[in-house]
Amino acid sequence: MPGRRMTAEPGTVAANVMHFARVLRRAGLPVGPAEAIVAQQALALVDLGVRDEARAALRAAMIHRHEHGDVFDQAFALFWRDPAGGEQATAPPDAPTGKGRARATPASRRVAEGMGAPRDTVPHPHDEPPTTDAALTVSDRERLQRMDFEAMGTEEIAAAKQDIRRLTLPLTLRRTRRLRADPAGPVTDLRRTIRASLRQGGEILAIARNRRVSRPPPLVVLCDISGSMARYAQILLHFLHAVTNDRDRVHVFLFGTRLTNITRQLRLRDPEVAFQLVGQVVPDWSGGTRIGETLARFNRDWARRVLGQGALLLLITDGLDRPRDDGGSTQLAEAMDRLHRSCRRLIWLNPLLRWSGFEPRSQGIVAMLPHVDEFRPIHNLDSLRALVTLLSRPAPPRDGAGWSDRRAS
Amino acid sequence: MTALPATVAETATLLAAHGYIADRALATTVHLALSMRRPLFLEGEPGTGKTEIAKVLAAGLNRRLVRLQCYDGMDLAAAAYEWDHARQLMAIRLAEAAGHSDRDELARDIYARGFLLARPLLSAIDPDLPPAVLLIDELDRADEPFEAFLLELLADFQITVPEFGTVKARTPPVVVLTSNRTREVHDAIRRRCLYHWVDYPDAARERAILATKAPGVADRLSAQVVAFVQRLRAEDLFKLPGVAETIDWAGALSFLNQTELTPQAVDETLGLLLKYQDDIAKIRGAEAARLVADAQAAA
Repeated sequence: MPGRRMTAEPGTVAANVMHFARVLRRAGLPVGPAEAIVAQQALALVDLGVRDEARAALRAAMIHRHEHGDVFDQAFALFWRDPAGGEQATAPPDAPTGKGRARATPASRRVAEGMGAPRDTVPHPHDEPPTTDAALTVSDRERLQRMDFEAMGTEEIAAAKQDIRRLTLPLTLRRTRRLRADPAGPVTDLRRTIRASLRQGGEILAIARNRRVSRPPPLVVLCDISGSMARYAQILLHFLHAVTNDRDRVHVFLFGTRLTNITRQLRLRDPEVAFQLVGQVVPDWSGGTRIGETLARFNRDWARRVLGQGALLLLITDGLDRPRDDGGSTQLAEAMDRLHRSCRRLIWLNPLLRWSGFEPRSQGIVAMLPHVDEFRPIHNLDSLRALVTLLSRPAPPRDGAGWSDRRAS
Repeated sequence: MTALPATVAETATLLAAHGYIADRALATTVHLALSMRRPLFLEGEPGTGKTEIAKVLAAGLNRRLVRLQCYDGMDLAAAAYEWDHARQLMAIRLAEAAGHSDRDELARDIYARGFLLARPLLSAIDPDLPPAVLLIDELDRADEPFEAFLLELLADFQITVPEFGTVKARTPPVVVLTSNRTREVHDAIRRRCLYHWVDYPDAARERAILATKAPGVADRLSAQVVAFVQRLRAEDLFKLPGVAETIDWAGALSFLNQTELTPQAVDETLGLLLKYQDDIAKIRGAEAARLVADAQAAA
């Protein structure tokens, strides 16, 4: 439809563009006045009678990311047919399709229940006096460090969460190719040297030097939130939230039957708000698990975008995948192999390892084990602390052998 | 330098005249970038023709192409400008030998334009050179600090050299940035650009591209090649073949004197289309035969 409102005089177009920008904003897209101004300039340069041209112009001017394209197209289709209807239809934020919205509501309720709201006899964290952890004695604290997350009561969980939030993650630094000034550095900086020499009338008195900048590598976390892992995931989410806010280049994904990127949600400072938003976007909390499929999906859609620049990957899962047929564990092994080759270091954290006699028997675990660099328990505060120590030491060089091969030799 | 096209249709014609078959959305975005003098930010899978747009624009607008290939750790000295330190040191020694001791004069002398070595970014906005098309290729390969260098250039088409002053383009360059999304490019860059996601072409457009880029390939074969590749893109593969791969493959089949697709020929040449062993193993054999039959029926 070559829009009755779009061919109208300039004033109407301007008003409509502003209106449309508001609709997009309400639909959750970051569209500000700058985008609206550019959009108006763009519309003046195309033939408004041709719908595709007008849409392409608005699209180029108003969105900056591929993933926003679908929401934009829907909003465009609705708005330029009926500006008032479009506004209503796109009003709920972050719900691009009607189908997705219908599914999101029960899911978000389920996650909200799963994440800190009353469950059996657990009181709401807000109802508790804030002195809970101060009341713990020294020996209580010691016990807490070794206590399994799964065995913890509400008080202990609250205390553990406090502890976890204080953990920092000093990753081994990697040298980048960037330089910074350092009087004792190995590289001479002629530009600065000459500039300084001019103050002495051209006499070079001191040679300026540089050194390579080191910075921590990107950290990518894949965390299993299926039924068997839900309890651990809830607590680890606090750890991940603290880490995400502590440094740049952290990406966090949750997976059960589906894979969800929750990095943007975790970036919010306030954990309660962040977890509430996580709850809204994660559809499969405490559900089943399809590790092979979700890892394959991660490889295809995300690995190339987030695993560059020597990334460190933490995979948190119990590996209890139940392949529905023989193809399942092959797919899992292939996906793990690809994952292992895409990152600099892959560390598998598995709460099942808390049992000293743990033998990898499950099909999923057997398929995954050859493709990890480290295999570690994660079930209490001590193991979490051990992980932090491990990550702050330089990684051993990879020799092509997986964890299970190395242990056998 | 040729004048900028006045309408979207003219832009599409200009691109087509130099062998680039663009869809309407891309032609519109290019037209806007040229008219509004805003940088064009193109994202998309490898091999979908992002870099080619800059080359075609340079040829079509009769401008020189200035290309900056990005890499990790790229700094100002490699991307924008560098002082010629050896010559500066020499000039300082000569001034001393001649007995000049005025510091300000010396500073003016050795920070003159003649001592400034232009790298791609500075060269693209040099007012003494003819207008340019600036291609900043694979921006995702550069690290974040480099993106910050670009902000002044993208907003005002100028570069400030502290010792020298500001260099500003007489005619703003046409700027094309590309990214394969191996890293997310910062919002500050995105906001200054017009954004377009370059998608795989549909069958009709891919046939048109093939006719332009590989004119020696027979119609029947090229129709089957396109039908096959289009079906292949619907498969669950790690790396889908781009248009560049289609062109290579059609050329190779033609070179091998194939007049139409056969399962055997596909198996033998699959390495031109798929670049990962897992993908090749998945398609080779029965799957390839099925896709060939489908493609032959459709073409």
